[in-house]
Amino acid sequence: MREELESVKEILKGFQPERRFLIKILQEIQEKLGYLPEEAMREVAQFLHIPPSEVYGVATFYNQFRFVPVGKFHFLVCMGTACHSMGGQLVLEGFERELGIKVGEVTPDRKFSLERVGCVGCCMQAPVVVVNGKIFPRMKPSKVEEVLAKIKEIDELGRD
Amino acid sequence: MNWEEIKNKAKEKWEKLESSVSIRIGTPTCGRAAGALETLEIFKERLKKEGLEVELIEVGCMGLCFAEPLVVINKPESGFPPICYKNVGFEEAHALMDRFLLGEDPCFEIALGTIDFSFTGAPIVSELERFQKEVRLVLKNCGWIDPEDINHYIARGGYESLRKVLLEKDPVEVIAQIGQANLRGRGGAGFLASRKWAQARRQKEGPKYLICNADEGDPGAFMDRVVLESDPHSVIEGMIIAGYAIGAHKGFIYTRMEYPLVLKRVEKALDQARSYGLLGENIFNSGFSFDIEIVRGAGAFVCGESTAMIYSIEGKRGMPRVRPPRSAEKGLWGKPTVVNNVKTLALVTRIMEMGVEEFLKIGTPTTSGTAVFALAGKIEQIGLCEVPMGTTLREIVFEVGGGIRGRKEFKAVQIGGPAGGCVGEEALDLPVDFDRFKEAGAIMGSGGMIILDESNCMVETARFFLDFLSKEDCGKCTFGRLGIKQLLLILEDITKGNGKEEDLALLEELSKDLMEGCLCNLGKTAPNPILTTLRYFRDEYLAHIREKRCPALVCKELIAYWIDPEKCEKGCDHCVLTCPTEAIKTDERTRKKTIIQEKCVKCGTCLEVCPPQYSAVVKVSPKEKILELESGKAQ
Repeated sequence: MREELESVKEILKGFQPERRFLIKILQEIQEKLGYLPEEAMREVAQFLHIPPSEVYGVATFYNQFRFVPVGKFHFLVCMGTACHSMGGQLVLEGFERELGIKVGEVTPDRKFSLERVGCVGCCMQAPVVVVNGKIFPRMKPSKVEEVLAKIKEIDELGRD
Repeated sequence: MNWEEIKNKAKEKWEKLESSVSIRIGTPTCGRAAGALETLEIFKERLKKEGLEVELIEVGCMGLCFAEPLVVINKPESGFPPICYKNVGFEEAHALMDRFLLGEDPCFEIALGTIDFSFTGAPIVSELERFQKEVRLVLKNCGWIDPEDINHYIARGGYESLRKVLLEKDPVEVIAQIGQANLRGRGGAGFLASRKWAQARRQKEGPKYLICNADEGDPGAFMDRVVLESDPHSVIEGMIIAGYAIGAHKGFIYTRMEYPLVLKRVEKALDQARSYGLLGENIFNSGFSFDIEIVRGAGAFVCGESTAMIYSIEGKRGMPRVRPPRSAEKGLWGKPTVVNNVKTLALVTRIMEMGVEEFLKIGTPTTSGTAVFALAGKIEQIGLCEVPMGTTLREIVFEVGGGIRGRKEFKAVQIGGPAGGCVGEEALDLPVDFDRFKEAGAIMGSGGMIILDESNCMVETARFFLDFLSKEDCGKCTFGRLGIKQLLLILEDITKGNGKEEDLALLEELSKDLMEGCLCNLGKTAPNPILTTLRYFRDEYLAHIREKRCPALVCKELIAYWIDPEKCEKGCDHCVLTCPTEAIKTDERTRKKTIIQEKCVKCGTCLEVCPPQYSAVVKVSPKEKILELESGKAQ
């Protein structure tokens, strides 16, 4: 936690204490830490001279912010209209089943997390799943296992 | 450098590109998803290995997403015009290297067509059926220039109209011209741009602000992303012109955090514009100063609403407020603010370039110019198109988009995002026009167009949008917060087979309440998906309610999977091996498969993997039909 707070302070050094930077500050903290710890939000509140409830209110309003760290591999299943009309829901359920978690959850070993996302804007490849920024196009329920195997392989290679 | 020098340098660079061997690869977000970066790497490696002098440039999106990764090769000495190739993957890239760049065979079998001038022996891209209907104003440069090189934009006439505006025109004159051009906002509502501008201009108190709304939150819409990724300077130029007209010195581009490439490319474009003195202090020595800052949204659909967007830029929760006062009177930090959509601003640039008269020749009397649509869903040629206002939906779906994918039946077009509507066959001859769409119960929206076929359930589609809207609702007004939720619950009941006939009247009544009672347009238009599906597809609702049957075989609670023992092949185990819940059992004696309904989660995997020569897996609705089928087989 102390380390995390240090990096929050480092980030705050790059800003003027103006209210309009609140969202940008939170975005930078989340980019660095992967989530918004309560202590970080308190620190931001102090920096901007606003109550912590204000910071929390803004953070909970926007979908981007999360309050628990994501897994090492973060699965975003697109639920845009095109993906939905092409069977995105079945793909999402497939991941829920294979990972053993529900949308918004993280596996106990912190390796995988699952979220739904609005639209990533590549509808011609629908339905798509994005894992740590990489897009897996034209998903099908039967391809869920394949994608997971690929990710697990990457994970193991990364360790070697 | 003065302007003449900048222009000459840009032209030189462009001409050199046009006269030398070049490869253009489209690498917008959608192209990347199709593997464009891998294709780019292949060309890079091969060019290095072969020691060829070739200009390899990354361009934006031509709108032909179905053909991604898209590559255009220009080899002047070959005698061929530039040739556009579709779906260039590993093999195709190597073939193009070996046969065309190193050899003389232009590989016409993988070409989409040639570009610019006619050449016998291959189709010409501009003569493809879709381009017969298209007029490209906003998308003029998209996919042809390098969006990360301002010189390309300048060489094609960019920033020339800004210069004319700043040096020769009075701001009031600019507003008048945009008014004469009858430019209506392309964000969806179709409000006259000149009226907003004039109102902001009239305000005495400054500073004034201009916001470019690039918070393209409609799922299934990606026009603004493509424009900003492929031709950011068109929008930047339009913003400076708009800023000059209203008297603002500061502009913001509010874009989605889901669009990292937009951020990168716009940031770069702004830097390049600044370095040429096109942004910042005293632009073109006109005395006018203007600068632009990018603001990244944080994932809230409602922030596409202008008052909510303004709060978001201020660092607050993005909740819409009651109007009046309009943003043009009291907007960002209480100052006069104009919010314009990406395409509106790009069109401002075009109007100044081509002149009001030429612009008015395109479109209908009530809505001039073009409309950009993102076509997605069950359509053959997914991608972007730009058509003159007045083009019919039928032309867009069947001529520009090439019709329905996979020989299925057309069912509906979903237009205008979640708050738009689904119109059916009988509305296909509707011309694209802000007012005519309203009559049909839909809204133009910002341009997302999802084509649905017979395998899409309209009740489920309406439920999907209401689910989306209830998640994205800001919670400020009661009708929005609770009304949307109630509509959703009723729809859920119907899709689950728990609907009652009086629910339909209740849906309609509650919808009317929302349209009157909600505070912002997100809420007021939220019932549109319900009202339009009820209007065009009422029988589907009734089938769900009366017969517990989903005609499109989508609603999980109302369907079941069944394996036809006559068709099931005993030697094949595809479904058994892939079923995620081990719900398929094999008869020991006959080796035929049956589905254990209690275990089945209806994921559809068995249907998908069953080899087409057997096609033994079928979906049925209502569920009870299985009993019928089974007893039928037993007899």
